[in-house]
Amino acid sequence: MTSAKDDRLVGRSVARREDPRLLSGRGRFVDDIELPGMLHAQFVRSTVAHGTITEIDLTRVRQVPGVVAAFTAADLELGDITAQLGRPLSEFVPTAMPVLARDRVRYVGEPVAVVVARDPYLAEDGLEAAKVTYAPLPPITCEEQALAPGAPRVHAEAAGNTLVDVGLFATEGIDEIFDQAPCVVHVDVRTGRQNALPLETRGAVAQWDAREEQLVLHTCTQTPHQVRTVASRCLRLDERAVRVIVPDMGGGFGLKCVVGREEIAAAAAALRLGRPVKWIEDRKDALSASFLAREQHYTARAAFDADGRILGLDADVVCDMGAYSCYPFTAGIEPLMASAEMPGVYKVPAYRVRGRAITTNKAPTAPYRGVSRPQYVMAMERLMERAARELRLDPVEIRRRNVITDFPYTGVNNITYDPGSYLESLDLCERAVREAGWYDRQAAATAEGRHIGIGYSCFSERTGYGSAAFAQRKMEVVPGFDLAEVRMDTSGAVTATTGTISHGQSHETTMAQIVADTLGLDIAKVKLHQGDTDRITYGWGTFASRSIAVGGSAVRLAAGKLGDKLRAIAADEWGILPEETELDRGRVRRRDDPDVALSYEHLADTAYLKSHLLPKDIDPGLTATAVFDVHNDGTFSNATHGVVVELHEGTGQVEILAYFCVEDCGVAVNPQVVEGQCRGGIAQGISGALFEQITYDAQGEPSATSFMDYKVPTAHEIPEVVIHHLETPCAFTATGAKGAGEGGTIGAPAAVLNAVNDALRPTGVELDNTPITPETVHRALIPRTPEQTP
Amino acid sequence: MNDTTGLGDDVQLITLDVNGTCYEVITAPRRTLVDVLRHDLRLTGTHVGCEHGICGACTVLVDGLPVRACLMFAAQAEGARITTVESLADSGTGELSDLQRAFTAHHGLQCGFCTPGFLMLAQGFLAERPEATKEDIREVVAANLCRCTGYQTIVEAIDACATARRSQRAAGAEEDSCN
Ligand code: FES
Ligand code: FES
Repeated sequence: MTSAKDDRLVGRSVARREDPRLLSGRGRFVDDIELPGMLHAQFVRSTVAHGTITEIDLTRVRQVPGVVAAFTAADLELGDITAQLGRPLSEFVPTAMPVLARDRVRYVGEPVAVVVARDPYLAEDGLEAAKVTYAPLPPITCEEQALAPGAPRVHAEAAGNTLVDVGLFATEGIDEIFDQAPCVVHVDVRTGRQNALPLETRGAVAQWDAREEQLVLHTCTQTPHQVRTVASRCLRLDERAVRVIVPDMGGGFGLKCVVGREEIAAAAAALRLGRPVKWIEDRKDALSASFLAREQHYTARAAFDADGRILGLDADVVCDMGAYSCYPFTAGIEPLMASAEMPGVYKVPAYRVRGRAITTNKAPTAPYRGVSRPQYVMAMERLMERAARELRLDPVEIRRRNVITDFPYTGVNNITYDPGSYLESLDLCERAVREAGWYDRQAAATAEGRHIGIGYSCFSERTGYGSAAFAQRKMEVVPGFDLAEVRMDTSGAVTATTGTISHGQSHETTMAQIVADTLGLDIAKVKLHQGDTDRITYGWGTFASRSIAVGGSAVRLAAGKLGDKLRAIAADEWGILPEETELDRGRVRRRDDPDVALSYEHLADTAYLKSHLLPKDIDPGLTATAVFDVHNDGTFSNATHGVVVELHEGTGQVEILAYFCVEDCGVAVNPQVVEGQCRGGIAQGISGALFEQITYDAQGEPSATSFMDYKVPTAHEIPEVVIHHLETPCAFTATGAKGAGEGGTIGAPAAVLNAVNDALRPTGVELDNTPITPETVHRALIPRTPEQTP
Repeated sequence: MNDTTGLGDDVQLITLDVNGTCYEVITAPRRTLVDVLRHDLRLTGTHVGCEHGICGACTVLVDGLPVRACLMFAAQAEGARITTVESLADSGTGELSDLQRAFTAHHGLQCGFCTPGFLMLAQGFLAERPEATKEDIREVVAANLCRCTGYQTIVEAIDACATARRSQRAAGAEEDSCN
């Protein structure tokens, strides 16, 4: 029904359509928006980690030249941002996040008041004149303090500082399995608190449109419709009285898929003042006072038989979610994800897990690219490596014996995995490392006393979560479906809408490829609309690698329906059945006589401008809408990463010598874009493994407030990545594509950690935590006397 | 609230030469070059990622050399030639330069927020060091931050552009010697 196979764009590395504007400075990011009479907001932020507010004195702020207004929570009277799970209180404690702190502050950097001035510099001057007095409370800065009996509470309603406590699975008889297993290994894995760190910080421009009686909120969010919901509730407006527009976005990685307090406060200030208000987060606030991620602790053990086959997995997962639950996902997102999916690519017959989210006096967390999977994959891969050592098996071989090979496979976690290439990717990755000569070079280097290690990680990435999968988490707000509209105008040009929103993923290109193929249309004729709640009926935005799998499927279906309508109109003109026609390069042609064809321009002319010619059963106009949802457990992309590292004595530096990635995301709509996602994700995964961490001192003061003290890797630290593609098409997405957004970040930390441990093998030291600091490596490499060897 | 300009008392008139156009700007001494470019001159192609000189998103050329426009006061740029990303494409046709085209061909950008900084960094560097090797280029690319690409494709794009320019020059030189 589409054009000849050779013309297909899906599967080809079509040049990105967003590039010309981004390369020539014609993009429009939030901070590029300038409106007449616009004011600038900045936030007075808490300087203590935990305390009650005894006084907020903004008198002097209001006297600062150029300051127009300053508001506290009491001035604005906004509703709270509260994320809910439909679980009993024993499993989930909801906590309200006020837009501005009212009487209590729970982390350093929490917004306490908003200052609005004529210019951002003057707003900063205003902040300096603010006087807030606190009665400090003891800060909770780590898991041990949070869970200590009788610990002070971060939220009065959360006993034991626990927001989520669930035991999703407990296979009967699991204790006996562990008692009788020939090999039981343990790990204690901790991952550092990170920042997803889009290079563009958060920001918003809010304006009351008096003619439309509508708040127009330009903001860089991955979830525009969800921001609209929260804004309308906090500001007590109808939802149609809020329009959220997302301009170009400088990355998000999850940090921008939750609703921030500042964008709502800026909107409230704009309504109060009747003037546009812009807020652009500075890097200091972005680093320490926005949404952080990743800090988790796994205590896990696995039982194996003598041949290295896994018999059981028993895990306790604690996620430090910081001060508040994020909207819409809640503090449940990480422990529930980890609990549901930890067995990963392995055939685990027995499973028990306890997943907890704790609250501490640290900036709240958002779901960062990979969400729990980088961490549980690390725990699983450490268990595999440890068992391989105990059982004297090759680390690749033990994985080979455990990966799922028969699909569909329903796991002990009640999840059905669709077909993937787990074993093939593992074999291919090992072969790539071997053929590049790394095993030989490792042997030679070891003989010279150098420390080269090879490590792997084998994982899947569940993508295309539909409403069924999210409903299982018992979210009160259940994401999942996506809605697309494809319409043709009288000139035969096509506009498609998607509820997803690109922040670097190239949707304007990939979605257009899908539409162009479906309609047999020149891609230049296709334009995508995204990120505007007035243009797009509804959408769930972009997260969980859903855009191509779910959003792309909706676009594909809508384009197909539009194609059907074009055929119906043409068929009517010829007096034949629609089935007797087909789409071909901008025309509908007769199957029986392919030389007879009607152009889309002609059909569009009929559909709109000569609608009296249409038969009764065909409505005028050329527009089609489709919804796509996933009613099963989603689709699993998979990959194996192989990495070669060298550890340097003295400096403790971990140098990455080579990186291999064998990935399978089904049909790659645009292979170059997929590779870009892999490379970028791997860079972020390496960052987590080796560099990035925000720590807190005993007072709850964050360590990182600038790029001087939060190490973001550069081209020095990030290696070239060799990528191999496998393709196991997804059977139920409309394009055969699976998601590809997060895999790189998921696999890299485990592979790097395993490689470091491989290099450390002669020392007897094994590391389980990230980031792996130079100090740790340096210490591990100091030669030990036999008594000191652990 | 007595301030109507939003600039404070201490304003000055400066003249800036940006992309070959002369601009007169009334500004405060503490205003950075990047803020004046972006918000006073509305040349928003240059971006701000940190305001403290690390990320390089604000890189522009000052007298041909890459400079972090967040670390420079606008007043300090008086009398210098400032070049921003807006100058790279052909101003008449909008056609992208060879460097910009190389970024597209190699997928050297995703969100595009860091891109103007990398383009100007490369533009300045390749003008100075047309013979730069891929290793040299990787060195220089390490001056700026990108959170999306993992850098490899940025290095490849700049290297491809440098290589193409060299072979063009060589071809040109040959032609010259024939004539
Ligand atoms: S904004 Fe100038 S270096 Fe980051
Ligand atoms: S392309 Fe997004 S930061 Fe570089």
